[in-house]
Amino acid sequence: MMREAERLVEAAAGESLLRAALARFLANRSAIVGLVLLALIIGFAFVAPLLSPHDMETNDWERIQIAPTAEQSHWFGTDANGRDLFVRVAAGARVSLAIGLLTTMVSVVIGILYGAVAGYVGGRADQFMMRFVDVLYALPLFFAIIILVTIFGRNIFLVFMAIGAVEWLTIARIVRGQTLAAKQTEYVEAARSLGASPLRIIFRHIVPNVVGPVIVFSTLLIPTVILVESFLSFLGLGVQEPSTSWGLLISQGVGSLDSAPWLLIVPAAFLAATMFAFNFIGDGLRDALDPRDGT
Amino acid sequence: MSRFVLNRLAVLLPTLLVIITLSFFLMRLAPGGPFDADAQLEPEILENLRAAYDLDRPVVEQYGIYLARLARGDLGPSIGNKDYSVSELIAIGLPVSLQLGLTALLLATLLGVPLGIIAALNQNRWPDTMIGSLALVGIAIPSLITAPLMTLVFGVTLKLLPVAGWGDGAWRNQILPVTALVLPQLAIIARLARGSFLDIGRQNFIRAARARGLPEWRVVLNHALKPTLIPLVSYLAPAVAGVMTGSIVIEQIFGLPGVGRYFVQGALSRDYPLVLGVVIVYASAVLVMNLLADLIYGLLDPRVRRGQLAGAAR
Amino acid sequence: MSASETVLEVAQLAVEFAARRGNVQAVRDVSFTLRRGRSLGLVGESGCGKSQTCFAIMGLTGSNARLSGSIRLEGTELIGLPRAQLDRIRGKRIGMVFQDPMTALTPHMTVGAQLSEIVRHHEGASRDAARARTIEIMERMRINEVERRYDMYPFELSGGMRQRIVIASALILRPSLVLADEPTTALDVTVQADVLRTFRAAIDHTRTSLVLVSHDLGVVAGVCDDVAVMYAGRIVEFGEAVEVFGRPQHPYTRALLACRPSLDGPSSGRLPAIDGQPPVPGVVAPAGCAFRNRCGLAVDACAQQLPLLQAVRQQPPHLAACHRVEALA
Repeated sequence: MMREAERLVEAAAGESLLRAALARFLANRSAIVGLVLLALIIGFAFVAPLLSPHDMETNDWERIQIAPTAEQSHWFGTDANGRDLFVRVAAGARVSLAIGLLTTMVSVVIGILYGAVAGYVGGRADQFMMRFVDVLYALPLFFAIIILVTIFGRNIFLVFMAIGAVEWLTIARIVRGQTLAAKQTEYVEAARSLGASPLRIIFRHIVPNVVGPVIVFSTLLIPTVILVESFLSFLGLGVQEPSTSWGLLISQGVGSLDSAPWLLIVPAAFLAATMFAFNFIGDGLRDALDPRDGT
Repeated sequence: MSRFVLNRLAVLLPTLLVIITLSFFLMRLAPGGPFDADAQLEPEILENLRAAYDLDRPVVEQYGIYLARLARGDLGPSIGNKDYSVSELIAIGLPVSLQLGLTALLLATLLGVPLGIIAALNQNRWPDTMIGSLALVGIAIPSLITAPLMTLVFGVTLKLLPVAGWGDGAWRNQILPVTALVLPQLAIIARLARGSFLDIGRQNFIRAARARGLPEWRVVLNHALKPTLIPLVSYLAPAVAGVMTGSIVIEQIFGLPGVGRYFVQGALSRDYPLVLGVVIVYASAVLVMNLLADLIYGLLDPRVRRGQLAGAAR
Repeated sequence: MSASETVLEVAQLAVEFAARRGNVQAVRDVSFTLRRGRSLGLVGESGCGKSQTCFAIMGLTGSNARLSGSIRLEGTELIGLPRAQLDRIRGKRIGMVFQDPMTALTPHMTVGAQLSEIVRHHEGASRDAARARTIEIMERMRINEVERRYDMYPFELSGGMRQRIVIASALILRPSLVLADEPTTALDVTVQADVLRTFRAAIDHTRTSLVLVSHDLGVVAGVCDDVAVMYAGRIVEFGEAVEVFGRPQHPYTRALLACRPSLDGPSSGRLPAIDGQPPVPGVVAPAGCAFRNRCGLAVDACAQQLPLLQAVRQQPPHLAACHRVEALA
């Protein structure tokens, strides 16, 4: 009886909130532009290799560093080794986006688990766990990542792990905060007094409250991760040849700045567009889930 | 006030120690070592080298030796650059990085705050939209892209500014690197200032100040400015971290002889002492900035000064 | 300066806010006159427009508000006045006391500095002269240890003392008119009476006119000469306080008075309350009297025609806006 009523109330509350948020998001022009842009870039990443006769590794020694041209379908030109940039940028897109998405997912999972446990358990354990987070926070993320990469070598998988291992901190904090707040609501007290199991409480009451801020933060985390990976790859500490990523392509572009500027401009443009897209989407999500006039 | 400072130091120093310890053990426990690249060395020479750098002793003992040396200000020898000690390398690079970083931070603040306030005063009109768009560009586009792009435009195409090099601190060599470092922070600070100013503007005491017949410029200067700045102080430490991160890449792009360059070098060649030394310097800088932020906070908010709030409430 | 000189003349004042879902009429049609040295109380429930009337007089309604009608201060029309001229009047000829003293004072300035700033700006006084004036008004507000308190920040003072500072900021330049928006509502009950007494004494001393907004009828009865009862943006009853509270003519006023718990009434039984809710300011006003849904005496005429203020008594002047006035007499 209580379950039925509870379910109805929760469903109604959650649904109308979500629907309102969705409506606000869809009405936000920049957010839609961001979404479309991102879709185009992702589309490009997977469709490009099908459109071009070239692959990312073949060296065409007769066509070194030629500017973008329709001839021979080198739409973005070639680099110093005669490799086609069109296909390479797409490959870089796949790597950068994959790292961004997967690493964020790892961070989110670790962060949610850590934060929920700390928040729910409370007391000494919570204090200790958050102290740990505080100390880790003191070291700039980038440095911690570089240290980790130094230790474990340069290998895409480990780059993932390194970034993920560092970026979960903020999510843990957010989740812990929400868990603490939710724990004190009457909802949870009532459920607990009726004998609901802790797991059920966590999933039914705490998770829905946490989802909003976590989604917003995750959306802003993906571009951060892509940026960190780009920085690392640029410095030679990230993705290595024969793989490629935007960061790597940009560093190669910097090397041929005066002779072949397109080698810098094209991957840079893609990275910038992706950053813009995520920023618009993230801002849109934030406004949709927590609207405030004019700010 | 001095009790406040001592209080903060008591918290910050252990944090530094933890960072040093963590970094130290992480580096030691990693697979592989600094001499892996020199694979062609004979075993005996390798042994001697390792002994020379104390790498043959138990890890815990190495830690003790390291701390002892650290207390004397000795960061150990650099394994990669055999003729220099880490302290010497850092001493070479630090002035460059400091100059770059501090200039960038100062400019970002001195330009960002007024821009943010101007945007807020003209909310939703063209200055706000323009500043907002610039801020978006600054935040979304990393220095990874802006630095080479500016070099392309101003250095290669227009030939107005040098493409790379420090030139012993000549101002022309600093323009591009500093601009690339400033942009992201400027954007964030402007946004924060705008948001903060709008928040303050909605407060009752601002309305009360106007009710006293004070003209808007007086209301802004005497009543709105200080509270606007308070939340920004919390951003000081992250701003420093951001500048430090950016400077690593900037120094690489422009070939500047700063600390960042040694850091990357050390990471690539697994030069533990060098990497550790740089981490310590950077971590100390962040902690000093935290302290500075707390002090500034005290200057701005009388409640902190008069001891109402223990430590900075952020 | 004659005793019957008019300080404030409000005629058909209306305040309309532009909002996303349509406009909100906070004040629909308010008119009254205030003479020198007299005090007027504006009473009513939340949302009746009494506070917005004060803000309109002060020019503090915000950028999305449209004012119509007329507000004349000693002959000067205030609506539409440019900011620069408004600044010369605010603080100097009209003072305002805000409701919550904690948020009405700038947190990072000492109270002394805030008061002195007013004097230095309006009169170009030197630092010492301004300080002297500040000390003087603080003493008049019965603040003890004045020298020490001058250098204190708002958070270091008690609620009552903070409100005295706020009142001081309104009175320091001896304005002709003071507007007080719920000046004691945020204070402890024990402190309220004392602050009110000091406030009243200071006003009497300078013969300053007062408009006092409150939902507390007792406060208004104790301080004001005249009272205007407001409902849904209009004045529904107007007259001398003694008269209106003694012989209320409007059903709403009667209901308000009946709602107050009395120390010597029956201690058991429920507190009377007025059924229903006051109309939401944003809703388009239907024709007729806004109170009719909650009024026990409503008839058909009440739904068709808006009742206007009409004289119920000539001496002392007493007006009420109700079609059923005769039924009550």
